[in-house]
Amino acid sequence: MISDRQRFTPLQRLLHWLMAVCILAMLFIGVGMVSTVEPKYLTLISTHKSLGIAILLLALIRLAVRLRSGAPLLPADLPWPMKVAAKLSHYAFYVLMIGMPLLGWGMLSAGAYPVVLFGGARLPAILPHSDGLHALLWNAHFYLAFVFFALILLHVAAALFHALVRRDGVFEAMAPVSSDATAPVPAGDEVASAR
Amino acid sequence: MAQPSQSPARSVFASLVLIAVVIGGAAAAFAYTAGWLSPQRLTPNKLVDALTPPTGEPLGHRRNHAKGICFIGVFEANGAGTALSRAQVFTRGQYPVLGRFNLATANPNAPDATVRVRGLGLRIATPDGQEWRSAMIDPPFFPVSTPQTFYELLLASGSKDSNAMTTFAAAHPEFAPFAAWAKSAPWTGSYAEDRYNSLNSFIFTDSSGVEKTVRWSLLPAARPVSVSPDDLAKRGPNFLEQEITERVRGGPQRWTMVVTVANPGDPTADPTKAWPEDRRAVDVGTLTVQAIQAEPDGPCRDINFDPAVLPSGISTSDDPFPAARSAAYMKSFDRRTAEAKDYPRTATDAKP
Repeated sequence: MISDRQRFTPLQRLLHWLMAVCILAMLFIGVGMVSTVEPKYLTLISTHKSLGIAILLLALIRLAVRLRSGAPLLPADLPWPMKVAAKLSHYAFYVLMIGMPLLGWGMLSAGAYPVVLFGGARLPAILPHSDGLHALLWNAHFYLAFVFFALILLHVAAALFHALVRRDGVFEAMAPVSSDATAPVPAGDEVASAR
Repeated sequence: MAQPSQSPARSVFASLVLIAVVIGGAAAAFAYTAGWLSPQRLTPNKLVDALTPPTGEPLGHRRNHAKGICFIGVFEANGAGTALSRAQVFTRGQYPVLGRFNLATANPNAPDATVRVRGLGLRIATPDGQEWRSAMIDPPFFPVSTPQTFYELLLASGSKDSNAMTTFAAAHPEFAPFAAWAKSAPWTGSYAEDRYNSLNSFIFTDSSGVEKTVRWSLLPAARPVSVSPDDLAKRGPNFLEQEITERVRGGPQRWTMVVTVANPGDPTADPTKAWPEDRRAVDVGTLTVQAIQAEPDGPCRDINFDPAVLPSGISTSDDPFPAARSAAYMKSFDRRTAEAKDYPRTATDAKP
């Protein structure tokens, strides 16, 4: 769904930046916790579980908001491979934001581990106890984490490319605050074709 | 004339450099966090790799305490533990137990009489949905004070250099009491005659929030009978599993769970140091082992007796081992669940 707005709604921008912080923290905690045997291991893994469930909830809210509010148009002069890449990367982000917490939760369920969050809340198992399932989900969770981080790097590079090189308004569409001084000319199709 | 036309190009170049720096910096920070730039960091993988016996990685099995047998039973709390911890497991009542008798060896085929340390893994479930997992062993203290030293001990004991252990023992005087225990402590002919100790300390929190640092032990009801290792060797490579199977078939076996409370100043972070004998000890209940099941088809095979899986009312202390054990046990679990084909269940086909 596409709207004629030039920017994402304030709620969408809030969700984006809040989740950006959460997801980056999550990925760093993830690779950090599996590479240490120090006491911080326990703090990291319990944070990883709680934050993962928080991200799952935020991602579901964000998906609903996206379906309702849509997204601004991409600049008309954006080459089509970049448009396709932008679209696909957004699908991939939603799949990962929702899928990774579910994979982690499912992996713990299949390993018969209790899933305990901050405050002592306990989540039910979502899959039966199974070594095969555990191994499958462990692999998916592990390797997709690196895919996720690579995708974020690509996303940041593209965002900065839009902001610094193309200056086409794509970055500003998701910028946390509107800054009129740096705001470029509107980037919708009509404007671009009228130029 | 040249300047205005160069300026945008230069600014694009500067922007691309900036983007490369940002992305490169983020990737480097990620690599650092993952330990890829710190080869000296002790990771769960390194710890688990160091356990590999000369016979090779025990595919499909636990990476340590690889040989074992499952049991099911019940923990009957007498209520006395509620003075120390608010965990439901100490409220008077009966709670189902899944456990595993095991030998502290990375070789699942080691002859029983060759393994000095025996262990017991325990999972007690309570109606509030919580679990208490624990893995205990029979020495009265641990060989080393820190996970890093444990890693060094593994490297020394696995080393081809015949002086490695001497060098290790000289550098770590805290190892001496364990070495002496290993040499002189009596052996028994049964898992049922051994006492199992948490060795690591944990924090118990009571219903009013008061915290106490404790260790716990399972004291056998069966009277220990000392048997020399030579005589044990004559009983065959798997005598412990055969003995406990027959013994439990003849009647349930019991242990008393005793929780020992540290005094202020006691060495709570160092499992090589036993606490003085006069410390407050609370008998909190009885473990009854009701049935034995062989591991390949038993319920303990795919359970990780992770000592950091604790109910509310029990938590980790300043003892660094439970975190390190949790990390290493999980790595071991991750590996063996991916190797199930190397340790198949024997009765799988018979199940629907």
